[in-house]
Amino acid sequence: MRTTERKAIQHKSGFWDVVKSLVSGLRLTWKHFKNANNRRTPEYVTDKNYFNQPDGLVTLKYPYEAIPVPDNGRYRLHNEIDDCIVCDLCAKICPVNCITIESVKATEEIGVTSDGTKKRLYAPVFDIDLAKCCYCGLCTTVCPTDCLTMTPVYDFAEVDIKNMIYHFTDLSPEQAEEKKQLLAKQQEEMAAAKAAALAARKQG
Amino acid sequence: MLAFVLTLVLLLSIVIVLAYAERKVAAFMQDRLGPTEAGPYGSLQSVLDVLKLLQKEDIVPAAADKSLFKLAPILIFAAVFAGFAVIPFTPDLVPAGIGIGVFYLLAIISLDVVGLLMAGWGSNNKYAMLGAMRSVAQIVSYEIPAGLAILSAVMVCQSLDFQEISYQQGALMNQFPGLEYEMNWLFGIEALGINTTTIGGITTWNIFRAPILLISFIIYFIASLAESNRAPFDIPEAESELVAGFHVEYSGFRFAVLFLAEYSMMVLVSLVAVILFLGSWNTPLPNIGPVSLAYWTTGTVGEVSSILWGGFWLLSKTFVLLFLQLQIRWTYPRLRVDQLMHLCWKVLTPIALGVVLIAGIWRLLMI
Ligand code: SF4
Ligand code: SF4
Repeated sequence: MRTTERKAIQHKSGFWDVVKSLVSGLRLTWKHFKNANNRRTPEYVTDKNYFNQPDGLVTLKYPYEAIPVPDNGRYRLHNEIDDCIVCDLCAKICPVNCITIESVKATEEIGVTSDGTKKRLYAPVFDIDLAKCCYCGLCTTVCPTDCLTMTPVYDFAEVDIKNMIYHFTDLSPEQAEEKKQLLAKQQEEMAAAKAAALAARKQG
Repeated sequence: MLAFVLTLVLLLSIVIVLAYAERKVAAFMQDRLGPTEAGPYGSLQSVLDVLKLLQKEDIVPAAADKSLFKLAPILIFAAVFAGFAVIPFTPDLVPAGIGIGVFYLLAIISLDVVGLLMAGWGSNNKYAMLGAMRSVAQIVSYEIPAGLAILSAVMVCQSLDFQEISYQQGALMNQFPGLEYEMNWLFGIEALGINTTTIGGITTWNIFRAPILLISFIIYFIASLAESNRAPFDIPEAESELVAGFHVEYSGFRFAVLFLAEYSMMVLVSLVAVILFLGSWNTPLPNIGPVSLAYWTTGTVGEVSSILWGGFWLLSKTFVLLFLQLQIRWTYPRLRVDQLMHLCWKVLTPIALGVVLIAGIWRLLMI
């Protein structure tokens, strides 16, 4: 065993072997230098070409080019507030409690979501703190109307951490206040009506 | 004075181009992009690097030997820059045309070593000291094969004047005072009977005038890599072990000067290689019968055409060698200290001695 090893080393360390290996080294770097004008294309991993690009520069000029991300990847959350029925399921399942929802009952039906569910609640506050989020995706699975989804956006670093809290509500504070008052008024009226009915029953 | 300013400007622009090329070549050989943001294709990167260095604070370590520390970068650069004084850039443009140019160059470049020691010792830092010691040991050792390789070229040319050596390697030979009746023979062997005096071009370059000089050229090139601390002989700077070798304590302007000196050294050794072995400012194209390519691509001595052609050929050959230096840096791993000394003392020096002997015999064939 040892003799064969030594033989191999001796064989490779002759003058011409050294010259040959030096030249082949230069040839290798020259080949890469020559191929410097083709570049890898930013292709998706399932693309046929993905593994068929042995030559060319591999650097991606990131902010200008990016490799596409998988569709089922878990990146920034987005809530389509028009489709949200404010059921609070997402906030309840979130393991890190980063979804804050405040709901206000509507006085009448607000409308229907795109899948036909009736909306009965306003959400004056619908905040997701993406700085806390662990991107587990549980909230997107429980969402009954599929309005909470993961987008392919992953580059959303902020200088101020407060900006990592995403506000999805479509109500301005004034509108929210108005809705609250409407609800309070309706409840007052209902309470008054109930009291009146009760009084009428007592009399009757 | 004008020559001083012109040479400095030329040198600075070459160094800036070289520093940019170094990054791009390195990047391309490693399948990267290199600088892309500053200017078109990142071409302003090295200019910005210099500007950045100039803005930095000039830190002198508290425990350093201040006068040595401050003087060293200037001495190192001055030594290298002084070498440019005897370089003939075109047939009639040489900053200082002294008759013992080769001798002067070898002597003045050795001064570099003193500067390196001053920098290493003055920094009062063990890494700088180690780096300087390695650097000096390496440069002093490699001066011997380099000197012997240069000596063989000098023996073949029988001159220490760079300009005379340049004239000998082209079709203009007989225009140089003192060489009016000299002749060039193919491979330097008169017995072959092929007179190349008026053919010029590549046939009269030193490596063809006396093919033994091809070996000296290779020896000189390897030794010059070591003298300019380039990979694979960059032990003095070995980034992975010594951080940056002898200039680890330098910052700002002083570092910029050291950096400049290093790149100037690369340029200088390549220029010397081109002048001594690769035909200096002479065109590579020979005269073939009535198609006098050599004369067309040389211009007339004393006119602008010769300055342009001469400068063009000299610089393009130099850039080819510089590119080779860069490519070697990004191809080969660094040698160990003992391998470095082995290569110098046991391989290059004996071969160079043999080449000197053969070059002497070759010279006898040429007359
Ligand atoms: S992805 Fe997970 S952590 Fe993030 S908001 Fe949804 S449930 Fe919470
Ligand atoms: S689970 Fe879906 S519908 Fe329910 S509150 Fe969250 S986002 Fe809205």
